[in-house]
Amino acid sequence: MASRESDWEGVRLHVVTGKGGTGKTTVAAALALALAGQGRRTLLVEVENRQGIAQLFDSPPLPYEERKVAVGPGGGDVMALAVDPEAALLEYLEMFYRLGRAGRALRRIGAIDFATTIAPGMRDVLLTGKVYEAVRRRVGAAPAYDAVVLDAPPTGRITRFLGVNAEVAGLAKVGPIRGQADAIMGLLTSPQTAVHVVTLLEEMPVQETVDAVADLRGAGLPVGGIVVNGVRSPLLKQADLTAAARGRLDPAVLTAGLEAAGVAVRGGRVERLVDSLLAETAEHAARVALEKSERRTLRALDRPTYELPLVAEGVDLGGLYALAEHLCRQGAA
Amino acid sequence: MTRTLDLDEVIGNPSTRIIVCCGSGGVGKTTTAAALGLRAAEQGRHVVVLTIDPARRLAQSMGLAALDNTPRRVKKADEGAGGSLDAMMLDMKRTFDEVVLAHATPQRAQVIMDNPFYQSLSSSFSGTQEYMAMEKLGQLRAEDRWDLIVVDTPPSRSALDFLDAPQRLGSFLDGRFIRILMAPAKTGGRAYLKVIGAGLGAVTAAVTKVLGAQVLKDLQAFIAALDTMFGGFRERADTTYRLLQAAGTSFVVVAAPERDALREASYFVERLGRERMPLAGLVLNRVHTTGAGSLSAARSAAGAETLEETGEHPVAAGILRLHADRMRMIAREQSLRGRFTAAHPAVAVVDVPAQPGDVHDLAGLRVIGAALGPG
Repeated sequence: MASRESDWEGVRLHVVTGKGGTGKTTVAAALALALAGQGRRTLLVEVENRQGIAQLFDSPPLPYEERKVAVGPGGGDVMALAVDPEAALLEYLEMFYRLGRAGRALRRIGAIDFATTIAPGMRDVLLTGKVYEAVRRRVGAAPAYDAVVLDAPPTGRITRFLGVNAEVAGLAKVGPIRGQADAIMGLLTSPQTAVHVVTLLEEMPVQETVDAVADLRGAGLPVGGIVVNGVRSPLLKQADLTAAARGRLDPAVLTAGLEAAGVAVRGGRVERLVDSLLAETAEHAARVALEKSERRTLRALDRPTYELPLVAEGVDLGGLYALAEHLCRQGAA
Repeated sequence: MTRTLDLDEVIGNPSTRIIVCCGSGGVGKTTTAAALGLRAAEQGRHVVVLTIDPARRLAQSMGLAALDNTPRRVKKADEGAGGSLDAMMLDMKRTFDEVVLAHATPQRAQVIMDNPFYQSLSSSFSGTQEYMAMEKLGQLRAEDRWDLIVVDTPPSRSALDFLDAPQRLGSFLDGRFIRILMAPAKTGGRAYLKVIGAGLGAVTAAVTKVLGAQVLKDLQAFIAALDTMFGGFRERADTTYRLLQAAGTSFVVVAAPERDALREASYFVERLGRERMPLAGLVLNRVHTTGAGSLSAARSAAGAETLEETGEHPVAAGILRLHADRMRMIAREQSLRGRFTAAHPAVAVVDVPAQPGDVHDLAGLRVIGAALGPG
């Protein structure tokens, strides 16, 4: 189904962020599906304890375990994982330090609780650490996953979240923690990672997108594409929109149109109906004009940009496949 | 039948001293907080609005260009009714510094602030914002310069983290782990050895192995330095938590008529109930309305189709399509709203109509404020 080559050849980790309410979980899921074409295995990871993936794929809440949630359009598996910081810490300690009894003792005295809930940045260290492990995991000679898609924290927190290991490296000058932190930062700042930003054509999400792109660039994190979500196709010509915005659409013309359309209205109610419809149209025109200026702002970021249509009735599994197809066609996967 | 929320009753009641606006990200929480604050001030109350992360232009319109952690007078607010509006943006590092300075001797404070753990904890690790928002609220209340404080909550991953902040702090202070970490730095280390028994050696070894000796040393120094101020810190967190449960506090849950936002709102309403936090009601932002409700989505779409078949009246066809889309959106929003009110019949709700553009001046805030008042 990919009619052109992907813009992200060589990228193994796709980080998807966006302002709250822009649909970043939906976009992350659609991207995971799109990347699972042609038999490729994709892992979709969520880290915010919201079980958003399970809701989207209409599956029971995800445990801390990789589960198959869908099959990509070309027959590749989409696996999903909801990372739980506490389980990730125990797993991490076991894997790297073989702590055994001491690990259990740490839990008993509240060290695990301390590390995952009290020491605020520790959470992000564990979550990014788990993502790193999934990207680097191998089965025999081949990577376990062709691509990992991370449904990441929102734009306001993304640079801090991804940069947490640089912070750790600043605290631990030497030692195993330092080594791990450096390795994770190495992946996150490499061309194998792309941080995509999801936005709507509205002022605040676009402003946050611009800010996030600047922050990410400043932190040396690779900015991927911009995904514009919820795009509506134009229903009126530009000239008509301009006229509508200026209140210059002729009510008589609309009245005649309504009659021809068989939308019967009687008596004095015609005028009220026409006025209301013209007001709605003017509002729509103002919105389209705003969208146009937001598009200009996004274009100035000079990143590959993908547009996804508004799925008014809410996205279900079928809707996800449709969005995945849009992403493929535009070269995002 | 669900009650309509009238926030004028809340802001007009002199015993209301704190309003907390909460909800998931991207639902217009900050705008709601600012609009409520402005409306209350213009009705004669002395208000301070504590915002966490306002949109740039909204902040500028309120004169908050400087992020200096201090309430600033919003000069363009109408003070004709005898009220006033101050607004401030939270600077979490500075707030943390103030706490340290208030609770430790100058020397001790310097040791804490020079510690690398403190520097990263206070300025960059996520989670600190929730603690500091609650700390700031406590400070503003203690200052007693305002008769109403409107708080905008941080855009937390769960939107509930700020409720947990004081309790987490409590469990932090009671944590045995902290005591053990500190043990080697204190002369009384032996006493802890007895408590934990044989586990201690293994634990310290494990912690050293994982963190490295230098990190452990910095962490111990940091915790030892903080130790002196733990008592005061905890007391304040507890006081703030009780303040949130007090009769003078009102929670306003903010949502947009979207599935995820309303699900979070439901969760929030239930959680506030469990914590016995006083809930004023739900503000439903960005609700679409129409003056042409008599023309249904189906008839409008059918009309558009008729015109498209003939190719006549393209503008009218487009307008009918637009109207059909709008009617369907209104129906969806109403159905989501209905589901919420069915699940929470006791929660009063007020709708704020969708605005054509973002709000970034006081005039825009007044329009929102008017919608929050009596219907």
